[in-house]
Amino acid sequence: MTMPYYASAEQVMRDRSEYARKGISRGRSVAVLTYDDGVLFIAENPSATLHKVSELYDRIGFAAVGRYSEFESLRVAGVRLADVRGYSYNRRDVTGRIIANAYAQTLGAVFTEQMKPYEVELCVAEVGDTAATDQLYRLTFDGSIVDESDFVVMGGQADAVTSNLRQHFTPGMGLAEALRVGVQALSAVSPATAANGGPDQLPAEQLEVAVLDRRRPKRAFRRLVGGALRALLTDEPAPAGPAGSPAEAVPHHAPSAPAPGTPAGLGDPTSVDTAGGNEESSTQPTAQDGVGGGTDGDSEQ
Amino acid sequence: MNEQSTGRSGFTPAYLDRVGSSFTDFLGTAAPDLLPGRRTLPGVPVGELSPHATTIVAVTYAGGVLMGGDRRATMGNLISSRDIEKVYAADSWSVIGIAGAAGIAIEMVRLYQVELEHYEKIEGLTMSLDGKANRLAGMIRGNLGAAMQGLAVVPLFAGYDLDAAEGVSPGRIFSYDVTGGNYEERGYASVGSGSLFARNSLKKTWRPGLSADAAARTVVEALYDAADDDSATGGPDTVRRLFPIVYRVDADGAVRLGDDEVATVAEAIVADRSAAENREG
Repeated sequence: MTMPYYASAEQVMRDRSEYARKGISRGRSVAVLTYDDGVLFIAENPSATLHKVSELYDRIGFAAVGRYSEFESLRVAGVRLADVRGYSYNRRDVTGRIIANAYAQTLGAVFTEQMKPYEVELCVAEVGDTAATDQLYRLTFDGSIVDESDFVVMGGQADAVTSNLRQHFTPGMGLAEALRVGVQALSAVSPATAANGGPDQLPAEQLEVAVLDRRRPKRAFRRLVGGALRALLTDEPAPAGPAGSPAEAVPHHAPSAPAPGTPAGLGDPTSVDTAGGNEESSTQPTAQDGVGGGTDGDSEQ
Repeated sequence: MNEQSTGRSGFTPAYLDRVGSSFTDFLGTAAPDLLPGRRTLPGVPVGELSPHATTIVAVTYAGGVLMGGDRRATMGNLISSRDIEKVYAADSWSVIGIAGAAGIAIEMVRLYQVELEHYEKIEGLTMSLDGKANRLAGMIRGNLGAAMQGLAVVPLFAGYDLDAAEGVSPGRIFSYDVTGGNYEERGYASVGSGSLFARNSLKKTWRPGLSADAAARTVVEALYDAADDDSATGGPDTVRRLFPIVYRVDADGAVRLGDDEVATVAEAIVADRSAAENREG
């Protein structure tokens, strides 16, 4: 039985901060900028499904960097808090401040009480009716909360991106201009661009872009994907057709067909379950061809 | 992680535990008192004391589906509301109409709207239409106890199926019974006290592949016929300018038809009916 070494509280906190900071700076950066019609989120994120930016409520969005599993559970908690509050009070009673406070309390408690702090940095953004009432809250791993006015940069080489944005950002830019400034700032430090033999600017496939657009009636959050994003990045007119229409952004389930008269949820009566069975039952795929599911306990026969 | 470990006003463990993407299930653990199905009910029938909402009809047409409802709520022999709205957009691609105990039904619609939106936000994609229909069935099932006391809620659900296979009509309608049974309907459906008359009307006026305008007329006409024979269903109120609520769900999402648009349709029906009466008389 060995006695634990004594470590001062100061030392413990310093070690935890350093640990969290290292984890956060390892990832890629996310920039959140205000523009004339709302708030713009730009994340360098090659994945189209593991989001760093998402919707919390009607006028409130969320961006995060760091460890995915940790900020994802915080994101879900934020959606839950917003929805519970909106359901038990009114939709108008959900504010970014309440969610940001809950995040700050939780991050602060985890930082002081748990062995390992959360390696995350968050931004909660809320759009108001005018640009003056937009709110950006930056939350760090130790539970500190800062109310920023123009833009927030988190993760990766945040300092370099911030100083780049300080030079180029002006309040009240249009969407295309704000996107250009933000992408240029992220591209300047990104490992995927010119410094390492890549393109000068991050392409649309490497970016996750979304806006909180105050002109939208109820839910202000909208992702910019595919043709709509490429058009904005290259300053070309949007492609013909309903660019960024809801149908385009919706990932599809397996095709379905109406089945009136068939009890719902019992499946298609003509397609039998293909799991299990053995080779003698020739109507079903064998275990060897890799199609059938279930156990392969009978494959020795 | 225990209750204390997240601080006084931070998230409680229920919020941070990843248990799923259903809002109803989450409320069941975090705030069960907010759920309609979790309340203790008095042991006597209370149906007479609460307003009841009545007839809802839905029809499919070439581009999607339409749902309409009259504006009357009744409490026994009294008309408790002339301008109640009983059809709501559940999300961007589906609509829900309610018949039965109005208070519980509206609470259920609100919960259902949050349920769909919550899933969409957490999962990052919209639930499949069959999934939506099934979630609603679960909610009706939870209300069975109240239904036995006279507070039954029977909704009608319709939506535009974003995943519809090629060449299949994307508009689909689902009806329910008080036990949570969920049945997909062919072409048209109706619920509520006037549903018998509305269905008979639809049987004569509805055809597969109607245009949106013709389908809107069949909906309003079915409600007119229901109001004609059912005292709990309200007809077009030309004095107060109150007309049925009609929602259309097509490839562009769910929209409520403008009052003027519905008024024009209703007035055309009234004019046709009175012309027919006078010709015979």
